[in-house]
Amino acid sequence: MIFLTRKAEFSSAHFYWNTAWSEEENQRVFGKCANRNGHGHNYTLEVTVAGEVDATSGFVVDLKELKDILEREVVSVYDHRHLNLEVPEFKDRIPTTENIAIAIWQRLDKKIPHAKLHRVRIYEMPDLFADYYGER
Amino acid sequence: MKAHLSRRYHFSASHRLHTETYDEAQNRAVFGKCNNPYGHGHNYTVQVTVSGQVDPATGMVCNLADLDGFARTNLLDRFDHTNLNTLECFRDKVSTTENLSIEIYRIFQSFTAAHLEGVHVEETSNNSFDYAGSATPAGGTI
Repeated sequence: MIFLTRKAEFSSAHFYWNTAWSEEENQRVFGKCANRNGHGHNYTLEVTVAGEVDATSGFVVDLKELKDILEREVVSVYDHRHLNLEVPEFKDRIPTTENIAIAIWQRLDKKIPHAKLHRVRIYEMPDLFADYYGER
Repeated sequence: MKAHLSRRYHFSASHRLHTETYDEAQNRAVFGKCNNPYGHGHNYTVQVTVSGQVDPATGMVCNLADLDGFARTNLLDRFDHTNLNTLECFRDKVSTTENLSIEIYRIFQSFTAAHLEGVHVEETSNNSFDYAGSATPAGGTI
């Protein structure tokens, strides 16, 4: 078993808001992240897959193919978009770093041939990231 | 759903690797330039990983402001711009980054809003240490 990690980047806007709460409660819990006009980040995505090395190709997974999957499933949907307003899974889920990691896992799960999705790591900033391993 | 959240903090401190157990020559032989008598310093990076169920109401494992506040009070205010050897926790221990990692893990065990997975401490860009208590550290990349 070997692990292979591919990075991708996208830039998006978002804000944190729970519609079930009052404005005061949203401000108290989410602070400046609750600014309804939104703010943005340069996100770095790291997708780690696990598998056996193919004896003929020497690959766990074709990197070009993995790059194309990340582009199609994630980057083309998230990049230069407002996550709350333009990405369907965040209509009823707050686009926190944790929820973005889970959403990307759900987008990629079972889409990567010959390898098992091991981890989705999403950096919101260099000093903050979330990991999701598919755990319930 | 269970997710992991990692946050990186930075502080600068001086230290000297030295133990009274060894004589001067042994200290020099074991610790090399890290034993220079007047100490030296590093910009440390501490990466704290916590885990838990993502709260459906907030989308969070824990509120980052709470983790940052805890780190400010219990890590940065205590360690930043200090000489580690003068701190109570290193009175009887060499201020290696191994021992520093264990101390920082011990500190973050008191953060109760999420489960502490482990700490990763970078002393320089070329050396780093992981401590996860009795569990095996998850490691920096996997």
